Amino acid sequence: MIDNNQLLRFTTAGSVDDGKSTLIGRLLYDSKSIFEDQLEAIENTSKRKGHNGVDLALFTDGLRDEREQGITIDVAYRYFTTPKRKFIIADTPGHIQYTRNMVTGASTANAAIILVDARHGVIEQTKRHAFIASLLQIPHIIVCVNKMDLVDFSEEAYNKVINQFEEFSSKLLIKDIRFIPLSALNGDNVVNRSKHTDWYQGAPLLHTLETLHISSDINKIDARFPVQTVIRPQSESHRDYRGYAGRVASGVLRVGDVITAMPSGFTSKIKSIDTFDNKLKEAYAPMSVTITLEDDIDISRGDMIVRCNNKPDASQDIEVMLCWLQNETAKPRAKYLVKHTSNEEKAMIKEVVYKIDIKTLERLEDDKSLNMNDICKVRIRTTKPLMVDSYRENRTTGSIILVDEMTNETVAAGMIV
Amino acid sequence: MSKYYLNYIDELESEAIYVLREVWAQFQNPVILFSGGKDSIVVTHLARKAFYPAKIPFSLMHVDTGHNFPETIQFRDNLIKELGVNLIVGSVQEAIDNGRVAEERGKNATRNTLQITTLLDAIETNKVDCAIGGGRRDEEKARAKERFFSHRDDFGQWDPKNQRPELWNIFNGRHFEGEHFRAFPISNWTEMDVWNYILKENLAIPSLYFAHKREVVWRQNSWIPNSEFLKLEPSEEVVQKKIRFRTLGDITITGGLESEADTLEKIVNEVSTMRQTERGNRTDDKRSESAMEDRKRQGYF
Repeated sequence: MIDNNQLLRFTTAGSVDDGKSTLIGRLLYDSKSIFEDQLEAIENTSKRKGHNGVDLALFTDGLRDEREQGITIDVAYRYFTTPKRKFIIADTPGHIQYTRNMVTGASTANAAIILVDARHGVIEQTKRHAFIASLLQIPHIIVCVNKMDLVDFSEEAYNKVINQFEEFSSKLLIKDIRFIPLSALNGDNVVNRSKHTDWYQGAPLLHTLETLHISSDINKIDARFPVQTVIRPQSESHRDYRGYAGRVASGVLRVGDVITAMPSGFTSKIKSIDTFDNKLKEAYAPMSVTITLEDDIDISRGDMIVRCNNKPDASQDIEVMLCWLQNETAKPRAKYLVKHTSNEEKAMIKEVVYKIDIKTLERLEDDKSLNMNDICKVRIRTTKPLMVDSYRENRTTGSIILVDEMTNETVAAGMIV
Repeated sequence: MSKYYLNYIDELESEAIYVLREVWAQFQNPVILFSGGKDSIVVTHLARKAFYPAKIPFSLMHVDTGHNFPETIQFRDNLIKELGVNLIVGSVQEAIDNGRVAEERGKNATRNTLQITTLLDAIETNKVDCAIGGGRRDEEKARAKERFFSHRDDFGQWDPKNQRPELWNIFNGRHFEGEHFRAFPISNWTEMDVWNYILKENLAIPSLYFAHKREVVWRQNSWIPNSEFLKLEPSEEVVQKKIRFRTLGDITITGGLESEADTLEKIVNEVSTMRQTERGNRTDDKRSESAMEDRKRQGYF
């Protein structure tokens, strides 16, 4: 059962009453991923609150404050497994700090589920969610047209949502998009095919999640190996061993490959690719391995091993789509620590090029302040070159975070243009 | 011909190794919190893989409540010897003797909450800046929001509403003196994943996880092992049962379940058909709906 099962990470977005928690609860319940004692607990709470039947949405409530207020504050992670795949759900809240949380949940996702209420169609929030999903380059987007039971499972209502969505999303960079008519409350087209949507030829949500082609989600072309740490056992059996430990960010590396160590530019050949279990002939993303080289060159944490004929840009000036995550507003020309793969350098935000009005998705060229949940295009200057690819080509070597050295807080997330 | 993608268990392993290497690179003095339970055994095994062919570069830290299963202590000592790593023990008994904490009273008194003080003391005394734990997000609702790198203030407290956002796989372990981090390399694993991994790697685990005959008492819907620490109620009766433990905590609060599963294969089969969560047998979580969250805020594992 383990052999070919892949891991799929998805995030869920919807506005307050779109039924997001109910959908997740339904997915878990109908795929038999809820344990009896958990079900018993939410049955009791449902009764106490005077709900009719079991409120599946309660299953996703986490912290005490949320249970009291009936809202979701922070990204929570849920897990379920079917015979075909293991799933990780990043459940992100729909309202407070939605940008910050959705960006966090979206950063590692293969797929995004965007909920739309069939009665209301595409609203402002839907556009924001789709925009963030495209900004974070989530490879697959599934638009769930929910509450179909409240529009009599009308094909017309469903098609209207599709048209609305396609109209504005044509401007966004989205690789794969699908639509599913469903009712999370009653379970139509969530795990089981609905009897009420004969006109819908596609698969229910779970089947769609189980069969999305995700092997190509990681860049398999550009070999990038950020070095996390150097392994030197200095033991009897491994006296001269010097291995570079890291996780392949993208592409494939093979024994015998001629490589360049960045930023030094020294070249060598891969002598071995080691793991605890085996010596490998090749390693591909996202494998954690230890690489040894034919020559004794100086490489340390923060450096990157790449193939000599396919290098990232080494640059001190980078253009970034930045999402501001902190309460505190960015100061003009403020200095931060930039973290990029295993590397960190000091950096300054030199210029805010424009800010995106998250309501209209238009560019604001006049307002250049960086406030919580703002998304801006900025120019950053670093003290030493970073080895970067564009985020569009590489989600690992194309992403950064900014840390405020005065508070140590993570203040921003950036995608390199 | 290679397929160029990992199956989920290999991907989870690779992710955990990545996290462990980040811990090593970002902190001065990390330790692995080792309880002798299956999750900390898996984390220790992953650390062995992460730094091979070097030894595990961390000490193991055990918070000893004094209410242990003897089997767990034996297992711990053997593993330490095999790995050649250093062991730090924080003793709850010592904290009680020194008057740092007072024993709980009442019928279901445990030393569970007392561990918090001992753990935080041990972290402070040993100048630990990152404690690596086997916590998993699927275990309990308060843990579902835990980060891989989780910040603790200088009182060792967790503030779940003010956590650092964690994006992609870039972890921010920066902290001021006196503060520390908890790191959870197997955050994304479920109980089933842990068992499948133990089976796949053929890891040694304490005999308590396998079905065995033991003297037990029926209490709060599970079989509590008889021990010198257990106070029997007049209505309670000690009986012999073939049981196994699904999680390991203190001997006073860890309930067993009747089982015939005496091999890893049988355990994996049994776990895959379980309809109750694993912490359902832990009386420490049954105290209130937010029992775990309250303990975690104060500095619990």
